[in-house]
This record gives sequence, structure tokens and C-alpha cells, in this order.
Amino acid sequence: MPLNIEYFREKINQQMIKIEKLHKSYPIGKESIHVLKGIDLHIKEGEFVSIMGSSGSGKSTLLNIVGLLDIHDEGNYYLNGELIKDMNEKKAAILRNKFLGFVFQSFNLISYKTALENVALPLYYKGVNRKDRLEIAMDYLEKVGLKEWANHLPNELSGGQKQRVAIARALVTKPKVVLADEPTGALDSTTTDSVMDLLKDINNEGMTVFVITHEEEVAAQTKRIVRLKDGIIVSDELTKNAKQASHV
Amino acid sequence: MFDIDRWREIFQSINKNRLRSALSGFTVAFAILLFTLLFGIVSGLSNSFKSAFADDAQNSMFVRVWQTSKPYKGLQTGRTVQLKNSDFNYVKDEYAAKIQYQSARIYKNFTLKYKNEANSYSVRAVHPDHQFLEKTIIDEGRYLNEKDLQEKSKVIVIGRLIKEDLFGEKPALGKRINMNGSSYLVIGIFSDEGGDNEERLAYIPITTAQMIYGNNDYISQINLGYNPDLNLDQAISFGNQLERDLRSKLNIHPDDQSALSVRNMAEANKNVGSFMAILYAIVILVGSGTLIAGIIGISNIMIFVIKERTKEFGIRKALGAQPLSIVWMVVQESVFITTIAGYLGLSLGTYLLSLIGDSLEEDYFIKDPSVSTEIVVGATLVLIISGLIAGYIPAKRAANIKPIEALRAD
Repeated sequence: MPLNIEYFREKINQQMIKIEKLHKSYPIGKESIHVLKGIDLHIKEGEFVSIMGSSGSGKSTLLNIVGLLDIHDEGNYYLNGELIKDMNEKKAAILRNKFLGFVFQSFNLISYKTALENVALPLYYKGVNRKDRLEIAMDYLEKVGLKEWANHLPNELSGGQKQRVAIARALVTKPKVVLADEPTGALDSTTTDSVMDLLKDINNEGMTVFVITHEEEVAAQTKRIVRLKDGIIVSDELTKNAKQASHV
Repeated sequence: MFDIDRWREIFQSINKNRLRSALSGFTVAFAILLFTLLFGIVSGLSNSFKSAFADDAQNSMFVRVWQTSKPYKGLQTGRTVQLKNSDFNYVKDEYAAKIQYQSARIYKNFTLKYKNEANSYSVRAVHPDHQFLEKTIIDEGRYLNEKDLQEKSKVIVIGRLIKEDLFGEKPALGKRINMNGSSYLVIGIFSDEGGDNEERLAYIPITTAQMIYGNNDYISQINLGYNPDLNLDQAISFGNQLERDLRSKLNIHPDDQSALSVRNMAEANKNVGSFMAILYAIVILVGSGTLIAGIIGISNIMIFVIKERTKEFGIRKALGAQPLSIVWMVVQESVFITTIAGYLGLSLGTYLLSLIGDSLEEDYFIKDPSVSTEIVVGATLVLIISGLIAGYIPAKRAANIKPIEALRAD
């Protein structure tokens, strides 16, 4: 059955994120700033990509668009094969909940909820019942090594612990892509390493991870580095991690 | 639609922001407290007015005569006008359809004596209908009837206090009282809501009085109860017409107020009614002003709250919260706080009103102040709706902020 083989080939080459000639401008007063000037980027399922660039290069804007937190002006964006077009808030919320997990530089935990409740929150919006939510959330907290801290509030945790809670929260809905915006930006070097190790583990389990950073050491630990400058991609290359992985 | 998870979210949020929740609750509770007190006190005033007129039937009309003050048809000023049985019958025949009850009245003052007890009392000679006009309540025995009038019987109905004066604890019914030298049989004992003076009266048949005291057909006054099917305006015009007709029949100048007048409860009722209507209008105005101030207060707090929580909403949206779920979360919290706080204000208000009770009746004419169920239900609805509005408008705005902007907020 040749048709079936075609289907599988397509599946293997499935683009998790496909961006074509993407443009984005922001109005500032009467002027408008052209932030992204025609980005083409294809990311397959299971990739570990870092976007590098100085501030103002447009990397955060790119992540926001990929994360459906913002909308693009021109070009096409396909997430998991679906064309992102005419998004309203409700539709975007459903897609975010289903496909995406976020890790932010400033953690963005809800201050009056415990670590466990923070991790369980995306499942609440997914419609999972409370008992199952808390069970699943506890599993993920255990995975990031914070089971003992489950009932602590964010302000009782260290920066590294908070970011691990945030990662557990990003993973709890089993998303297709984890989007991390400067995940180590607020951490010291030791905790940076532990967070990066965690992201590597996640990627090794087959999840697509998309990291934004301006730190070379962080980017070097991913498998592919895309460099942005003034709104265009200036380089896109695989790191030695990827080559090693493919040799194994 | 009871969602335990959403309630958990709301309680967590209220609990985390106790001061804020208490403040917004206080605004509403205070507004409702004032509203309740205001309404209660006005209803107390209204009760006072109603009881002030409770003595006589609401539909009563009194025809009374004195001396003329204007010459008319060759008759001189200062003539004493005398009502007679013929006038009574004229009114009865002419206006039968507009009259429910009709009685004449003759005033006398006599000494009533039983055994060794004696005292002077006002005695009224009346028709049987008088019982309904004066709202006389028969405690024992019976009132005067048509047969008493036909037979000109010497029977007497005495007030509760006369009975106490003359008989003490002993039974009075069926005993004979000496009145001005004649012996009268006590056939009934009555009480009256009009107060002590009204219970120190005695009633005898009008025909008996006319025969024994003067042997004439004079009467002092005609009391009517207009047909309750008439509305206030119709009753007032009936009173005016009756006044004109009687003046012309008795040869009185049409404008001679001091010779004959008809005191019409319909007019008093209309005045009291419009007075109370104005009072209630003022209360509704001030009361809704208070409520609106409360609603604006809670709206302000909600706007502040939502500003403070913008980032949290951004996080929730990034995690998959739909705008509507955020709107509902805020609205439900707002409705919950307003309802609970409003209920507290309402209960406190009702409790204070019950403490006041009748203690202000003497000096301030406030009798049994209270709020009716309709007002309570209405105010509760207003609260829920205001909570909805106070929460909805700012929440809708917050939910529409793009998540990227919400996340940037601090």
C-alpha cells in the first residue's frame, strides 16, 4: 500500500512549526517599527532550538507570535500543520492549552497558589477534575525534583526552584512545544545548569523545545542555533550536540 | 451551574485579599444599611398616619351644622341651623347608591349610676349603622338594632371603661343603669381603637333620645359611610355635592362654611396619600442615590483589583484560560461579595429597626418601623445586579487585554 508509506513519510517530516515570510511591526506614535522583516523558519517535531540575538533583534516578538500571545501582520504560520489565521482570544486560548507550554524569565507563578496548585492550573483550564489534576501535577513536581515543596508558596522557593515549578507547569498538559523565554535569565550559573539539564531531558523524551536566550553557553547546550539580527535570520546551524545525537 | 473549582478559586482570591474584599463589602453593606433604615423609618411614619385615622372608618363623612355667618334669602346672620329627621331621610333617599352606612347623632351628657357608683359621661344617641362608622368593637352582648329604634327601647351600650368604673370586675350585661332618672338595660359592652375617650362613651337608640329628651325630631349631626366602590375623587365630589344640596335645602348661603360643612375622610385620605407618596418618592430618590454610591464604590474597587491582577490574568491566559472564564471569575467574586455584604447590611438594618420598635412613636411619630418583604427582595436583586455590573465592566476590559500586554504589566 504505497499510500500508507506516503502518509508515514509525511508524518516523519511533520513540521511542528512552519513560518514563511513573517512580518511584524509595532506602531509607536505615528511611526511604526518594523520588528520582524520576513522570517522563514521550519522546526520539526523533537528539535531543541535556541533563538539568539541582542535585545531589539526581534527574538521575543518571534516567540510571542509562535506562542500565540501576539499576532503577525504578514506571512504564514503553521502550528502542528494548522494555519494560524484569524485567531480570536478564545481559539488562541484553546490552542495554547492544547499544544504549548510556556517558561518565562520571571517565572510568572501565581503568588497566592502553592507550587502544586500552580502546576495544576493548566489542567483546570483543560477541564480535568480536581483529584486527577493534583495527582498529575504531583507527578510532574516529582519529575523536577520538588515533590517535598509541593505545598509551599512561590515566595518560599529559590529562583531555581521557581523555574523548575514553571517547567513542571509547562509540561503538565503534555504540550507539543515548550516555549522558553530567557528561562535562565534570572538565575545564577549553577541553577542555570540544572534548568538546562531539565530542558535537555525533556527534549530527549521527544518534546520540541524552543528557547530564546542571549547567553552563548545556554545556546550551546541546544541542538540548533538560529541567530536573529534586526529582524532577519543571519545564521541557522546545528550544534555539535545535534551531530553527536545523530551519530549515536 | 455550581462549579466547585471556580468557587475554590474565588475563595482563594478573597482570602488572599482580605482587606480589599472587606473594604468593598463594607461599601455595599453600609449603603444597604442606610437604605434599609431610611425605608424603615418612612414606613414607620406611614404607620403612624394610618393609626391616627384608625379611630373612624376610612370612608366616613360627617355633616355638621352651627350658626349662619351670611344672610341668605331674607334670613339673618347668626341663625342656628337645626338638622332634623327629614334631612336625614332626604340624604338617605337621594343618595342611596352612594352610601354604605348612615347614622344620625345626638350628643348628650348624663350621669350614669349603678348602685353606689355614679359618674358623668358623654352619651350618643345613634342609628345601628353607627357601629360600622365608628368601628366600634363589641366585646360582650350586642349593639343597637332596628327593633330597639322602632320600639324606642331604653337600652344602652356602654364603653369598656364605663363598665370598669361602674361595675368593676362584676358582670354588667343585663343589669340596669340609672341615667338621668330613667332606667336603661345594658345590652352590650364595647371597645374602640380610638383611645380611652372613645371607650368612656355610651350609645342609646336615637328614637328613644328624641322621645324622652325634648320630644322632637332634632338631630345634631349626620354621619355617613360612602360606598367603598367610589374612588377618592368620586367620593370627594359626592361630599361636595351633598354639601351644596343640604345648604340649599336648609336655606344656607352656598359659601357659608361655618353654617354647614361636610368633613370628608376621602379628602384627608387623599392629602395623606399624596403626602406619603411624596415622602416615598424622596426616600426612593435618596435611597437609590445611596445604592448607586455603593455600586460606584464597589466598581472603583473592582477596577483597582483588576488592574492589580492584570498580570495574573495574563498568566492564566498563557496557560489556556479563555476570556470568558476570566470574566466569570471576577463577576462571580464581585456578586458573591456584594450579596453577602448586602445581606449583612440588610440584617443589621432590620435588627436596628426592630430595636427602635415603637420607642420613637411619642416624640417622632415613628411607629413600628420595618421593611416589607418586597423591599428586601428588591434590594437583594439590586445588589446582585449591581455586583454583576460592578464586576462585569472592568472584567470584560481586563479579559480583552492581549496576553502579551497583560504579562508585561506589574
